[in-house]
Amino acid sequence: MYALAIFLPLIAAVITGLSSRWIGDRGAHIVTCGAMALSAAIAVVIFFDVAVGGNTRDVLLFTWIASDRLDITWSLRFDQLSAVMIAVVTIVSSAVHFYSIGYMHHDPHVPRFMAYLSLFTFSMLMLVTADNFVQLFFGWEGVGLCSYLLIGFWYDRPSANAAAIKAFVVNRVGDFGFALGIMGVFFLFGSVSFDVVFGATPEKAAARLDFLGLDFHALTVLCILLFIGAMGKSAQLGLHTWLPDAMEGPTPVSALIHAATMVTAGVFMVARLSPMFEYSPVALALVTVVGASTAIFAATVGLCQNDIKRVIAYSTCSQLGYMFFACGVSAYAAGIFHLMTHAFFKALLFLGAGSVIHAMSAEQDMRKMGGIWRMIPFTYAVMWIGSLALAGIPFFAGYYSKDIVLEAAFAAGSWMGQYAFWLGLLAALLTAFYSWRLLFMTFHGAPRADEKTMAHVHESPLSMTGPLAVLAAGAVLSGYLGYALFVGDHNHDFWGKSIFVLPTNTALYDAHHVPGWVKLAPIVVAVAGIAIAWWMYMARPGAAAAVADRFRPLYLFFYNKWYFDELYDRVLVKPAMRLGRGLWKDGDGAMIDGIGPDGIAAATRSFARRASRLQTGYVYHYAFAMLIGVVILVTWNLYTTAG
Amino acid sequence: MGALPILSIVTFLPLVGALFILFVRGDAETVARNARYTALWTSLITFLLSLWLWIGFDTRTAEFQFVEKVAWIPAFGIHYHMGVDGISMLFVLLSTLLTPICVLASWEAIETRVKEYMIAFLVLETLMVGTFAALDLFLFYVFFEAVLIPMFLIIGVWGGARRVYSAFKFFLYTLTGSVLMLVAMLAMYFAADTTDIPTLMTHGFARDLQLWLWLAFFASFAVKVPMWPVHTWLPDAHVEAPTAGSVILAGVLLKMGAYGFLRFSLPMLPYASEYFTPLVYTLSVIAIIYTSLVALAQEDMKKLIAYSSVAHMGFVTIGIFTVTFQGLQGALIQMLSHGIISGALFLCVGVVYDRLHTREIARYGGLVNRMPAYALVFMIFTMGSVGLPGTSGFVGEFLILVGAFRVNTWVALLATTGVILGAVYMLYLYRRVIFGKLTKDDLKSMLDLSPREIAVFVPLVLLTLWMGIYPAPFLAVMKASVGNLIARHQAALAALGPAMLAAGN
Repeated sequence: MYALAIFLPLIAAVITGLSSRWIGDRGAHIVTCGAMALSAAIAVVIFFDVAVGGNTRDVLLFTWIASDRLDITWSLRFDQLSAVMIAVVTIVSSAVHFYSIGYMHHDPHVPRFMAYLSLFTFSMLMLVTADNFVQLFFGWEGVGLCSYLLIGFWYDRPSANAAAIKAFVVNRVGDFGFALGIMGVFFLFGSVSFDVVFGATPEKAAARLDFLGLDFHALTVLCILLFIGAMGKSAQLGLHTWLPDAMEGPTPVSALIHAATMVTAGVFMVARLSPMFEYSPVALALVTVVGASTAIFAATVGLCQNDIKRVIAYSTCSQLGYMFFACGVSAYAAGIFHLMTHAFFKALLFLGAGSVIHAMSAEQDMRKMGGIWRMIPFTYAVMWIGSLALAGIPFFAGYYSKDIVLEAAFAAGSWMGQYAFWLGLLAALLTAFYSWRLLFMTFHGAPRADEKTMAHVHESPLSMTGPLAVLAAGAVLSGYLGYALFVGDHNHDFWGKSIFVLPTNTALYDAHHVPGWVKLAPIVVAVAGIAIAWWMYMARPGAAAAVADRFRPLYLFFYNKWYFDELYDRVLVKPAMRLGRGLWKDGDGAMIDGIGPDGIAAATRSFARRASRLQTGYVYHYAFAMLIGVVILVTWNLYTTAG
Repeated sequence: MGALPILSIVTFLPLVGALFILFVRGDAETVARNARYTALWTSLITFLLSLWLWIGFDTRTAEFQFVEKVAWIPAFGIHYHMGVDGISMLFVLLSTLLTPICVLASWEAIETRVKEYMIAFLVLETLMVGTFAALDLFLFYVFFEAVLIPMFLIIGVWGGARRVYSAFKFFLYTLTGSVLMLVAMLAMYFAADTTDIPTLMTHGFARDLQLWLWLAFFASFAVKVPMWPVHTWLPDAHVEAPTAGSVILAGVLLKMGAYGFLRFSLPMLPYASEYFTPLVYTLSVIAIIYTSLVALAQEDMKKLIAYSSVAHMGFVTIGIFTVTFQGLQGALIQMLSHGIISGALFLCVGVVYDRLHTREIARYGGLVNRMPAYALVFMIFTMGSVGLPGTSGFVGEFLILVGAFRVNTWVALLATTGVILGAVYMLYLYRRVIFGKLTKDDLKSMLDLSPREIAVFVPLVLLTLWMGIYPAPFLAVMKASVGNLIARHQAALAALGPAMLAAGN
């Protein structure tokens, strides 16, 4: 029955995809939403049985690739970690499926959209239930494909097409590392099964690996290669450029894929591979530094964006950084806890933003919004809830998870723990600021949209507000409910063997005993951030522009996203195209052909001209020619061998 | 397998069909129709018969199966010797599968000289199957070289505007290699005094001779694969060939080179194979990166896919020369997979070429609006080409790279970059053809896939997914032969001295 939770979305996707012409929009809704709801219901059962009850199990499906010692199976691993992920994925996905009924109802391609959503959910579930590296990679690439298809869903927009390709290709760059990591794992362990590899990791703790002619600490190389994959999928610094562009996709997609589930796959991967990462302090340090740097980088960019979805996208990127540095200081449970609460409140924020966009006749620019909070009070309320949770205001979900992440970083006692703590704290200030900047610009002040749009502003239908209510409940309660279980003093009892931490890495336990100011600081900076936003956008409306002018170079640097896109375009994209053209025209055309066949052909051209006249088109002529050829061949052969 | 010479029947049944077509009489239309149906039925029956090769195949043994051996030219010990093992059997099936698909794909596209066209295809099928089944050096050579003739005609007669140039370029390249191979074969005959391939495999040629023989074989096989830098005939041949010609060219003919490495170079010349491995790696890695970049710059759909073929075959040559289990099985899977996927991609190009008569990418755009089924099929094969897990392309590439990593991490690293570049050029192609607004008037009236076209694609889609999700039956067929090949290779190197074993296994 557990396998059904995983495969229902696939079945729904196939049915909807192949019979879209016959079942219509209504049928597509029933099939996909019904399957998802059922899947979520089973997921809740799984959560209580497997995660709470501790009844872990592996469901073997069948052999996938068997080549000598390399033996890869399709199987589903239900343990605490995957049970948590299954629950998060199916619940958020169900909410998004139902929300899409209302949000997409004007669209001419509803069945295709619903099929993609369900297919995505299936891939994501395969990813989290993988019991070996290669199946993980299958889910990994599968969600990448669905992300590509959904970002480019509105295929007549060139910007959507470009964003879709960018997402796929940047992810492939990450997967390049991931794939090499898998090969290395097989090389070192002779297996790609989690159980075998994790079981053998302690004995390989000191193993060396020859990589590119240099001698390295084996586990460090492997973990870093695998982490490159995580960086791509989770949009970490350097490989983050695709995520903001991915907002070209319909908003439900942004909520499901680019906030709640797919982008967290990297965090999941690091937690899943904790038995390996634990033995590589260097890799853990790298994870911490990359995570913390991303947290602050994305927050600074988020300050200056004007597109409502892009602000939330950078916020996602930043929050993913928090999750990573939590893992980096061995507080994997805290990372996963933040992943879960984030899934609820970030999906809520995105869907709330979708509700705003829906109300504003597809406007996404916050500079053209304002003054609408009375007209869409429900949406306004859920956006507040989402923002409060994101900023980490007490008793909302983010308060519990973000605090434990920061405390764990502080408690780690290492230099990168300190680095992560201080940058994380600063990012928390910025987070609160841009969240309320978003609220104030979108809902308050004088209306900046044209009259026609304003006249049309309306609250969303029940199919959209219902899922928002569910997610809002999660954004309020999930932190409080999960805290003791996920990251409390006895969290090890909950996670069991699914997360491994060396006894010497005690950050998560020490986190409960940090000085009082460390616990208080995140709340103080959050309130401060809200206050500054209020001052700049409500009390003194001109202040924001004045600050931007005063620090113009810095503002432009943030506004242009630290110029990553420009850099990559100039260093990678354009040269690759130029090189391709050059190799084609000069390499193939002038050099190889010029010296080779064309040169020889020139000499034999007259012959060719005569020969082509021989093409009479009568088959027996050809057959005869063939026969002669064979005769000559045989004769010559006989002659030479006889001689 | 009893007395029924099933292998010979599969090989020569198409020739019988061709004979029938030869005697078709009547007005032009009747002849064309009868020729089409005869060719279709012949190739379908051949395919069904060839399935028996798989059903009756014993996966436990590395020996040749379905063997037939009759003295042919006793004076020189030449036999009509046929048989298949785990390495060649699936390629026989690939040939017999693709032929009916090609016939079906040419149903309406070929309007002139239909009779001759169908005969050419059936003859081609016989020769392809014969190449993979021949176990006598002389017999192999006849089949291997004769394949060129119908292919040359298909390009030269039914091809596009520059067909003559392309046909001759194709012929010139391959023939040059072949002459050297013939010399090598004669040398082998003199050295071993037999033309029997299984015997030659155990002969053990002298070291110096091996080096020369290897190079001569390499000249022929490298052109066929094709490896960089002798690949430039391929884009031209593909561009000018009719759709079905491209399918066979990419699907089967390119595999003959790699098959040659597996049948001759590795087992007969182990020392030289080991000696020249760095050369093969270098050329293969260059092929992957170089042609991927070139593919990026293409403006012609067929050229783009042709260049991508060179890159994908680069993976195959790497896999073969790792001489590891994963590398070899990966190479074999990749060959089958590429045969299906690139063949299907050429068919995809053919679908729109039949409607608009241009292959220029810029002339298309927004096809998804009118042709959703086509867009879906094209997407599946694009993903297969990109090597998405769950498609056959992944299984091949992944196994090859696993094998490569064990032998040389630099090769694995550089080859893996091809995975990124592959995604770039394929998605870029897909975007320009399928996505976007439908603005061009002549595209607005294009029809989606016809039932005939769907019948062409469905088996290929199913195979791509089957090999991607459950490749075990394919791997099982190869297992014993691959294991045997590796064991013999190791033993041969060990016999030459312990130092040679360094890079093995």
